[in-house]
Amino acid sequence: MEIHEEHRDHQSQHLPRVLVIKPPPPLTLFGDKFISRSFQLLKAYESSLSLEQFLISHAHSIEAILCSGDSPVTLDILRLLPKLRLVVTASAGVNHIHMPECRRRGIAVANAGSIFSDDAADAAVGLLIDVWRKISSADRFLRQGLWSKIGDYPLGSKLGGKRVGIVGLGNIGLQVAKRLQAFGCNVLYNSRSKKPVPYAFYSNVCELAANSDALIICCALTDQTRRMINREVMLALGKEGIIVNVGRGAVIDENEMVRCLVRGEIAGAGLDVFENEPYVPKELLELDNVVLQPHRAVFTSECFVDLCELAVGNLEALFSNQPLLSPVTAE
Amino acid sequence: MDNNMDNNSNNIIVLMVCPVSNYLEQEIEKSFKVFKLWHFEDKEQFINTHKDSIQAVVGSAAAGADAELIESLPKLEIVATCSVGLDKIDLARCKEKGIRVANTPDVLTDDVADLAIGLILAVLRRICESDRYVRSGEWKKGEFKMTTKFTGKSVGILGMGRIGTVIAKRAEAFDCIIGYNSRTEKPNLNYKYYPNLIDLASNCQILVVACSLTEETQHIVNRQVINALGPKGVLINIGRGLLVDEHELVSALLQGRLGGAGLDVFEHEPDVPEELIGLENVVLLPHVASATVETRKAMADLVVGNLQAHFGKKPLLTPVV
Repeated sequence: MEIHEEHRDHQSQHLPRVLVIKPPPPLTLFGDKFISRSFQLLKAYESSLSLEQFLISHAHSIEAILCSGDSPVTLDILRLLPKLRLVVTASAGVNHIHMPECRRRGIAVANAGSIFSDDAADAAVGLLIDVWRKISSADRFLRQGLWSKIGDYPLGSKLGGKRVGIVGLGNIGLQVAKRLQAFGCNVLYNSRSKKPVPYAFYSNVCELAANSDALIICCALTDQTRRMINREVMLALGKEGIIVNVGRGAVIDENEMVRCLVRGEIAGAGLDVFENEPYVPKELLELDNVVLQPHRAVFTSECFVDLCELAVGNLEALFSNQPLLSPVTAE
Repeated sequence: MDNNMDNNSNNIIVLMVCPVSNYLEQEIEKSFKVFKLWHFEDKEQFINTHKDSIQAVVGSAAAGADAELIESLPKLEIVATCSVGLDKIDLARCKEKGIRVANTPDVLTDDVADLAIGLILAVLRRICESDRYVRSGEWKKGEFKMTTKFTGKSVGILGMGRIGTVIAKRAEAFDCIIGYNSRTEKPNLNYKYYPNLIDLASNCQILVVACSLTEETQHIVNRQVINALGPKGVLINIGRGLLVDEHELVSALLQGRLGGAGLDVFEHEPDVPEELIGLENVVLLPHVASATVETRKAMADLVVGNLQAHFGKKPLLTPVV
């Protein structure tokens, strides 16, 4: 080895290790953004050892974990890492992390903060406009040559004056509300608790639906929100009502939604998420009044660059004893 | 609706030059006698037969009253168009002959602005393209690509009239940086004015065409403007097809000199260049910017209201000439 290589190798031996069990999408796409002087990534997925063996052999040097929604940080994993100080997830949600154990041991958790909010809100508004103004279906109509053959496409529905019920007024819901006000929509919401906002609060999602022309699902998936949008809610929304979902597929009773759409019990839907991705109920593929997206509400290049910088920023803050950029605080 | 009309109003003959909607036809027929030009195979003969009785023409974005038609109708008093655009009407000739002209401004402004933003999102976030990706089963084979963020981007608006102003306000809700080009700078606007359209195009990522079509603005978006917008730039047209050099637009898209386009209007509607149909980075709409149930009713009511006002000897609701 050359002297400077030896020196660098010697130096990096002293860098704290950040464990990656499965690479989060930002790492896969922008790997070079994770090269830092403060830490070194330890890629378990590149090792031939079993995960348990790998963790045992590196337990003394792992001070942080970098993960994402599809890379759970379980109790078993936490127990094998006595030196762990921080879990950084490249996601807003933390249900893949064993939070009680982290709290018990004083292991900090940092998430994506509100990085996703703008893009998710843009996607939600884009879907709402598309469903009401029939953008994707009219584009389809034109590409099939039907404008010259048949004539004008059926009329859409005006946004101004419509009542839009936001389910979950967190970071994303707030950004959706801000945008919709500019379109002259009346914003209503349902959330776990009332917020200091100028929008009408409904403590019950069914009541929200009964008073809305559209529902936009922006909430996280929890035990309380699973299948929260059920038949009762959809019937309350009514025949002219539409649903937009940029949260999680399982917040909606998907089979029931399909039935309601096929039978005309609701008027349409804009869906970025599904219960069993990438499988989409085949009935939806035949419908003209739905817009289907492959779970990309936050997958813009700009968002991912920001996400990389935030994740690295959190790790560097930990190793230089600075406050974390986006810590998840106890609720 | 004003029903204070002369009992003989049913004798007033209105010529509709193109189909607009059943609702509009029914409403006009309540007070007037209507001839529908598209029902007659030999239009010239029809006009010759009825030229001395036609007192009003009703048109739309698709057709209006050109010099030839105006000259052939000596009793013509008013042209009412179910559109805000006036490019299909020979305004000078109407002025010359004392023929009134009325259009449908304001009632459609919000819808058009909503569609402009909808097109921006559809192009940048690839909404239609990824809907096709899901429907075709491609999602089962792999993830869709990354898209482009809209929030915070620079938006250039060509034409800061009623519609341009409202588009700017909506884009502000997405924290966009707004610039504009117009015949004259507008006072009290917090947006950067670019006296030169090419400069505007060089300094924005999304260019929205929202000006009216006149002799001066034909092909105002030409090769140089499109090149200035560039390979990452997006062109949105909710104005008129002829505002953009369509041939140059197609070639720029095919060659990658322009990043994408959202088009609601075309030079020869309903014909759309075949090359555009094959592109994934464009969204193509069949002239639907004002096409909502609510707005088309409001536009139709305004057309009928103008006709009734004129023949009831009252001031026009939305006069142009």
